[in-house]
Amino acid sequence: MTATGQPAAPAARDERLLRTSPLRRLLGRPELGSVVGAVAVFLFFAVVADSFLQASSLGTVLYAASTIGIMAAPVALLMIGGEFDLSAGVMVTSSALVSSMFSYQMTANVWVGVFVSLLVTLGFGAFNGFMLTRTKLPSFIITLGTFLMLTGLNLGFTKLISGTVSTKSIGDMEGFASARKVFASHLTLGDVELKVTILWWAVLVAVATWILLRTRFGNWIFAVGGEAGAARAVGVPVIRTKIGLYLGVAFAAWVSGQHLLFSYDVVQSGEGVGNELTYIIAAVIGGCLITGGYGSAIGSAVGAIIFGMTSKGIVYAEWNPDWFKFFLGAMLLLATLLNAWVRKRAEATT
Amino acid sequence: MTAPQAPAPRDTASPPALVELDHVSKYYGNVRALEDVSLEVHAGEITCVLGDNGAGKSTLIKIIAGLHRHDSGAFLIEGGEAALANPRDALDRGIATVHQDLAVVSLMPVWRNFFLGSEPTKGRGPFKRLDVRLMRETTRAELLRMGIDLRDVDQPIGTLSGGERQCVAIARAVYFGAKVLVLDEPTAALGVKQSGVVLKYVAAARDAGLGVVLITHNPHHAYLVGDRFVLLKRGTMAGSHTKDGVTLDELTRQMAGGSELEELSHELERLSAPGGPGTRPAGEDAP
Repeated sequence: MTATGQPAAPAARDERLLRTSPLRRLLGRPELGSVVGAVAVFLFFAVVADSFLQASSLGTVLYAASTIGIMAAPVALLMIGGEFDLSAGVMVTSSALVSSMFSYQMTANVWVGVFVSLLVTLGFGAFNGFMLTRTKLPSFIITLGTFLMLTGLNLGFTKLISGTVSTKSIGDMEGFASARKVFASHLTLGDVELKVTILWWAVLVAVATWILLRTRFGNWIFAVGGEAGAARAVGVPVIRTKIGLYLGVAFAAWVSGQHLLFSYDVVQSGEGVGNELTYIIAAVIGGCLITGGYGSAIGSAVGAIIFGMTSKGIVYAEWNPDWFKFFLGAMLLLATLLNAWVRKRAEATT
Repeated sequence: MTAPQAPAPRDTASPPALVELDHVSKYYGNVRALEDVSLEVHAGEITCVLGDNGAGKSTLIKIIAGLHRHDSGAFLIEGGEAALANPRDALDRGIATVHQDLAVVSLMPVWRNFFLGSEPTKGRGPFKRLDVRLMRETTRAELLRMGIDLRDVDQPIGTLSGGERQCVAIARAVYFGAKVLVLDEPTAALGVKQSGVVLKYVAAARDAGLGVVLITHNPHHAYLVGDRFVLLKRGTMAGSHTKDGVTLDELTRQMAGGSELEELSHELERLSAPGGPGTRPAGEDAP
């Protein structure tokens, strides 16, 4: 290659970049809107609910946030990759059911069931991914199909095997105690009870952020969600990337499912319906663009915290929890508007 | 890279063409997209492919880029017969294509776009990570080398102008050691000044020793930089020239369809003969 006779690179700073302050950089982050929203929700409930600021509430709110956040992180990555997963909610239940019923029917150590469940759940994720990339139908349709099929399978199989809508208790089986430690234990620090799901959540968000921002796979996620054609043209393995994203959602569904099972010792087969939207909402509040190509995993965590604060804050404020959904809807609209506004301002002034 | 062991069949004096299409045809079902088209791309030369809409330019590009497989004829890379499985395969063989609308991912920062699909990493195992520093610095330096002085490599590439985006895509291909650069209508959506900028980079890529395929429907742009010209018309080859064998007027005439253009100009002359539209006073009758 020959240089085209251009002068040497100027010194580090460019005079046209009118001082990019750290604040300005911050404004450009996708999760900023959600952070502002989270602070607003926090202040709101701190004022209206006396017990909201007590230390014991912290553990409760974080627990509520973690059960959503574990799923919201991979769902956010999937959305950045340009796809939806409507089956994510019931997949959690399916995962718990497989684990519980396999152990019970085979009278095996529950850890065997846990690992069989991991394989089966990853199988569901792979099914979504393969169907999507093979048929090229919208993921909305593919995963809506998976959602309905899993809902039916959950109920059908559970009734067929145990005769009722819930599984038999596996509480006295071998390995139950240790599995409960991993998936559903808690640590008490003074007044604060911290569930192990918070740790799972923190690790998943950290890993998701690392993948997204610092690995080749992360670069591909942005690319396939932004412009899949352009990504393919420069050699990005679009199909592998999308299947990988669905496997990520399935893995998180497995973690959530095991928590669901080991929090008690039975699973209700009808659970999980509707949660898929909760995960998507948390990701969107966290700054994910619904059309793909933009967003963050940390944002999804902030979205989950907003969820946790709202659902518990209403209880602490001693309001009727029937109002929760209304709050949620209003929150979603406000957060999205705020996101759009912040992004526009940030882009206009850079 | 080294030349293949087998010498080129015809001309033993000069090295084989980087890419050669020999009577290549492509059909989509019963539609003839391309028939009997031949072209050569040599190092340090620009081969222009000219044609109107629907002439088969896109099909030709897709074959060279590895998006489609040809149905008959021979596709030679450095003298050896090649069958490309996908765009990655083409890239690995040194053929980089800059598609008109598939060049970049607009929401991503410039530096992420620059390395997309070929990201450098450091560290190993679970700590294998993007070499972000290298990526940013290289992007800035390489673009500067092409004469593009970016304010900020972190800005989304969608905020750049169309010409700048094309240039980033070209700079990227050059940086990754492409031997053949295929450009699909790089000046199509650009103004005069921006087209000039892009053509300058095309020439820079040629001077860097690359073989360039320039697809365009603008004979003026083609003649400015081209060494060889292949004219496509309705899927067939309507002409093949080298620069010293054709003039711009001749190229323009052939491109527009020669006799068809003359006919059109006669028709237009007849229409505008009596003073032209708008000049006729209201009361006066046309003869």
